[in-house]
Amino acid sequence: MLCLLFLGPFFATATMRLLINNACIQSFQVLQLQQTFDSSLEKPQFPGASAEFVDQLEFIQPNVISGIPVYRVMDRQGNIINPSQDPQLSKETVLNFYQKMTMLNTMDRILYESQRQGRISFYMTNYGEEGTHIGSAAALDPNDLVFGQYREAGVLMYRGFPLDHFMAQCYANADDLGKGRQMPVHYGSKDLNFVTISSPLATQIPQAAGAAYAVKRENTNRAVICYFGEGAASEGDAHAGFNFSATLECPLIFFCRNNGYAISTPTNEQYRGDGIAARGPGYGMLSIRVDGNDVFAVYNATKEARRRAVAENQPFLIEAMTYRIGHHSTSDDSSAYRSVDEVNYWDKQDHPISRLRHYMTARGWWSEDDERSWRKQSRKTVMEAFERAERRLKPNPELLFTDVYQEMIPSLNKQRESLWRHVQQYKENYPLDLYEK
Amino acid sequence: FLEPEASSCEGMMAAAARLFLRGANSKLSIAPGSLGTTLLKLSPNCSSRTKTQRRHAAHFTFQPDPVPSQYGPTQKMNLFQSITSALDNTLASDPTAVIFGEDVAFGGVFRCTVGLRDKYGKDRVFNTPLCEQGIVGFGIGVAVAGATAIAEIQFADYIFPAFDQIVNEAAKYRYRSGNMFDCGNLTIRAPWGCVGHGSLYHSQSPEAFFAHCPGLKVVIPRSPIQAKGLLLSCIADKNPCIFFEPKILYRAAVEQVPEDPYTIPLSQAEVLQEGSDVTLVAWGTQIHVLKEVASMAQEKLGVSCEVIDLQTILPWDIETVCKSVVKTGRLLISHEAPVTGGFASEISSTVQEECFLNLEAPISRVCGYDTPFPHIFEPFYIPDKWKCFEAIKKMINY
Repeated sequence: MLCLLFLGPFFATATMRLLINNACIQSFQVLQLQQTFDSSLEKPQFPGASAEFVDQLEFIQPNVISGIPVYRVMDRQGNIINPSQDPQLSKETVLNFYQKMTMLNTMDRILYESQRQGRISFYMTNYGEEGTHIGSAAALDPNDLVFGQYREAGVLMYRGFPLDHFMAQCYANADDLGKGRQMPVHYGSKDLNFVTISSPLATQIPQAAGAAYAVKRENTNRAVICYFGEGAASEGDAHAGFNFSATLECPLIFFCRNNGYAISTPTNEQYRGDGIAARGPGYGMLSIRVDGNDVFAVYNATKEARRRAVAENQPFLIEAMTYRIGHHSTSDDSSAYRSVDEVNYWDKQDHPISRLRHYMTARGWWSEDDERSWRKQSRKTVMEAFERAERRLKPNPELLFTDVYQEMIPSLNKQRESLWRHVQQYKENYPLDLYEK
Repeated sequence: FLEPEASSCEGMMAAAARLFLRGANSKLSIAPGSLGTTLLKLSPNCSSRTKTQRRHAAHFTFQPDPVPSQYGPTQKMNLFQSITSALDNTLASDPTAVIFGEDVAFGGVFRCTVGLRDKYGKDRVFNTPLCEQGIVGFGIGVAVAGATAIAEIQFADYIFPAFDQIVNEAAKYRYRSGNMFDCGNLTIRAPWGCVGHGSLYHSQSPEAFFAHCPGLKVVIPRSPIQAKGLLLSCIADKNPCIFFEPKILYRAAVEQVPEDPYTIPLSQAEVLQEGSDVTLVAWGTQIHVLKEVASMAQEKLGVSCEVIDLQTILPWDIETVCKSVVKTGRLLISHEAPVTGGFASEISSTVQEECFLNLEAPISRVCGYDTPFPHIFEPFYIPDKWKCFEAIKKMINY
């Protein structure tokens, strides 16, 4: 094939066509030589699959009754089941897990309420899924690139995203790193390697595969993690991402938060197979199902997946089973499609925060007093950030027009000038006082 | 590409055509010149003279540009070779650059990536699974991670599964993240436009769909020299670019193309010939039709035409087109894509806003009809030189 580049003038002729054909046939034959064909052997010769022959007609049963088991480290009361699986993290680390999860919970309560009061336009809580965020984030390197969906704020919080920045994005004020362009909870942080969230679901999945491929070529031992829900996993982009990452050997962790609902759609209307973990083998991918409400199980699985993904350049699929305690968003009232009893069960009997607290109190690392003072302190911190965000002006409306392209283009500049002139003329009809000048 | 040698029924077995058709060929590939050839030889209807069987000649004549002197030594290249040259230059100078898509590893169905895998390695030039939304999504990810991503979509007709990734993701990445993230390192290439027999799914010109999407750049070259320079500009450009390559020109267009890298600026339309009576605007293959129309108009009507190659569809060079229409007072825009909502409507709308009082006649659009791209009716469908010529006549006599 190499010779073709240097035979420019002759391409059009039939003679050259023959040569190309022969060259192509030859290279095809070279490829075929790598697999010897021998029809005397009673083994299938198909290029597409390397299996054995069978002479009994039998359909493979999808194993949905006793599916892939759920890996856990703690029971629902926070007791370690198998001591060899206790990651034996330091008190400092575990306290940090707990404080991050509860800080997230507190921030969620306050921002949810602020939407109810008309202070911000929209919000999505993370109730019940804090374990999936903190456990996985803690198992990663700070330089690992994160692609999220929209219910992973705890990952950002774990990495140190300041409350002021969370609030700024939700309020779309002048401190928003995203310059006020997106709805609340569409966070992003270049410094913390958290790619800005977008509303279309599952689009991040093939993107994560591409990023992981590029990261692999950099040879810096970084990994990429990609979060998504069990609903988003139905999108075509999910199939694309899984297949590409396996075929192209990417150091990537797919982290599925299976929380039982995609808005109102329960899992039995989302898929018929054994959840998302069972799809992994179909792509040639190592897969595991974990108890998402067990922060140590999430931590252990993510840690091992990360280690191997980078060492072996292959993707891993972690399906973290959990439950979405809150509504889908402030635009949803989940009592329309599920019972309060169901929600209460998860809130009271199987919650990542209380399970970790039991683990801590059992070791004498956390007391009632600690709990009381921490609640007070975290609430105060969140409220202070909240009040600061409330007072802040919105970004300059000039920012409506920038970053469409890297450079400003003439036609857009004209539109910008036209808006400016219009607003000057009709200024009493525009809320200019709320925005920076 | 494994095709039989041309035999007595050469007219029927135009080998070149099969190269362009996806997945065709499988039945004829293994045993050249056997049963099929014999049957055809024996058939009384098989004669290259028969009218119904003779394939229609191309609707244009490719007009090469003069040899450029400012970019160093040149080499005779056709369009696909000029693309290979641009990609070769890129892989040589940018260690992060990767090329991927369906069938690019062996050289691509149009030979645009021939030799590159052997030269630069299988981690840089590789096949992906058959999934356009995956190809573009993956490409976005590569670009976001800071590497140069050159994604190939096998035919522009198949770009639609990737529409969400292109429009909702690639185009908006920078804006929505407050400039923290972007996929400026992404370039998407796809074969584009009519090819004589491509029919619904191997002939489309989808530029209008993407022209409606701020954040993207859409570029279409008319020739090998243009293609290499514009593609290199797209790759260098810090915004996601879609580069449509007129497939009918892949082999038909031959020019002396500089071997070294060079760029042709984006968003700058080129006035190919100056004129005083009518402005003719097109891009890609249609430029060659319009150049011929300009000669016809001069010869038969004494009408002097100014021919403009738009080159970049988005963002388009409003200034150059308007400046020309202010001078001539008449505008004809021509493209293969269907007329309704086609890009000519955007040009027409903007020009009438900016140059209303300069217009001597309504702006004329000579485009494809509002039908899917037909197979056997292609000679009637396309905006050929006779339709453009007639439109000029009408404008002159308005």
